[in-house]
Amino acid sequence: MARWQGQLIKIDDYRWKIPENYKTGMRVPGLIYASKEMLESMREEQTPEQVANVAFLPGIVGYSFAMPDIHWGYGFPIGGVAAMDIKDGVISPGGVGYDINCGVRLLRTSLSEAEVRPRINELINELFLNVPSGLGSEGKIKVSQKEMNQLMVEGARWAVKRGLGSEEDLDVTEEGGCLGGADPSKISDKAAKRGMPQAGTLGSGNHFLEIQVVKEIFDSHIASIMGITEIGQILVLIHTGSRGFGHQVCTDHLRVMEGAVSKYGIKLPDRQLACAPIASSEGQDYLGAMACAANYAWVNRQCIAHWVRESFSKIFGKSPEKLGMRQVYDVAHNIAKIEEHTIDGHKLKVCVHRKGATRAFPAGHKDTPRRYKEVGQPVLVPGDMGRCSFVAVGTQKAMSESFGSTCHGAGRVLSRGAARRSMQGRDVVRELKNRGITVKAGSIPSLAEEASQAYKDITEVIDVVHQAGISRKVAMAIPMGVIKG
Amino acid sequence: MERAFEIIDHSADVGIIAYGVDVEELFSNAALALFSLITEPESVEEKLHLNLEVSSENRDSLLVEWLNELIYLFDVKHILFNRFDIESLTHNQLKAACYGETFDPMKHKIKIGVKAATYHMLRLDKNGGGYKAQIIFDI
Repeated sequence: MARWQGQLIKIDDYRWKIPENYKTGMRVPGLIYASKEMLESMREEQTPEQVANVAFLPGIVGYSFAMPDIHWGYGFPIGGVAAMDIKDGVISPGGVGYDINCGVRLLRTSLSEAEVRPRINELINELFLNVPSGLGSEGKIKVSQKEMNQLMVEGARWAVKRGLGSEEDLDVTEEGGCLGGADPSKISDKAAKRGMPQAGTLGSGNHFLEIQVVKEIFDSHIASIMGITEIGQILVLIHTGSRGFGHQVCTDHLRVMEGAVSKYGIKLPDRQLACAPIASSEGQDYLGAMACAANYAWVNRQCIAHWVRESFSKIFGKSPEKLGMRQVYDVAHNIAKIEEHTIDGHKLKVCVHRKGATRAFPAGHKDTPRRYKEVGQPVLVPGDMGRCSFVAVGTQKAMSESFGSTCHGAGRVLSRGAARRSMQGRDVVRELKNRGITVKAGSIPSLAEEASQAYKDITEVIDVVHQAGISRKVAMAIPMGVIKG
Repeated sequence: MERAFEIIDHSADVGIIAYGVDVEELFSNAALALFSLITEPESVEEKLHLNLEVSSENRDSLLVEWLNELIYLFDVKHILFNRFDIESLTHNQLKAACYGETFDPMKHKIKIGVKAATYHMLRLDKNGGGYKAQIIFDI
């Protein structure tokens, strides 16, 4: 791919602007959060071009944003944020992504590294048995068509009602684990058929379940509210989404949007940006279907969290309550939400597309959960399996500047194929083992694709959002045990 | 004929370039390329066949729909295909007989889980006397 030659205007050390006149048709400028060093790899990958392309979408307000973990995606870059005025703006399935409500859930425990490390193999094996993972994995819960219709509307509560988790989990899940407006009549038979057998499964690719050790606490007050109090404390991170169900919903509605683009006379620089006015029937149908998939993903993470607690309970011979296995938070990082934001002093309802980006609401916001009202909504940022993950919180700066959004992870720098080739002949499992990380994976080739060098360094990513003030880092943890699909 | 298809790298995902002397062969080779991403096609035997009908708005999107139909059948019915007889193909409709067998974990190695064929960087062009198509998959 040719290097991107466009103009980037420096605003400060962490903000770079793509001027609105870079390309005819841009309605707003682009804004990239990055360090100077990161810009080089972004230019190599042509991602600023995608940031500029998103700025073409009707109704976009403010900027077309790119987080520091940005990488090349379909139409929208991964790590992109775009807010559209609901009156005259569009909704784009490409601005959400195929894996609708791909997201992260973090559990804390009262266990220490000293207690867990000697039993890590046993624990990983138990988790591997208890949490269905891998390609084509099917769930332990059998979901009928009728139940599928219920869970699409109820979200995580559907699982809690069946004894998989507690009311408290819902309090610390984005949207309470249930996005409103879900309309199962907008779900195709195909999507439902893909979804039913896969409910409650981790899946494959970059999805994982990780046992982590807290290595650093940057803000002990905020960390203690999250239940993170000690260096060496054990955390569990779950990263998965809506499986084949979300993919089918996206595929089905992209096809509808293809037609809508010409019907509404929308001019697009890239076909994968296909969209429809939010107020149109095509737009509303997608929003109704997307909410179903988002709710499915919350059910998924709710079930998996329950089986994680069960597995710990079995290995350590104590109840999950005794082990202190409370949920810290659950965030979506592929989603579109109707939210109210203040733009130039005016309140405006917008549809915020976050594709590979996390909501980062500040202290005091009505949607920041009660437990975090005084400190801000937790932001969970997983790194790759060989490095570390961060916990942060949302800020007022994010609210006033980036529609309450921040980064979501490390972001790929190598293609899957290139990662595989770079790892050829190397024993990924043993290399990680030597660094104190036990890995169990459904497929070794897919493991090589997720090796550390395939990703940006998460520490640089988090430093940018912290320095830019759109989130504030709270704690850092490193992996001890990983299950990959 | 030159090669039937090749695999291309895309930062987060993977793609294919398929070739064909005519559009029928192009569609068949694109499907073969898809299953070569998923598994080792030599390990798949012809034990069952399915007649498929796919329709769409135009030929480009028909190609995407066709591949998405096959991805769906693998995801839901776990069928691996290795031969495709394109029986009829217009600019917006396709009829094909697809041959293969049900996935058997003892026999078939799954290389990657392909979740969708996308419109991203989609191309279907004339190539010398024949045709060439590029498709990126979400995995």
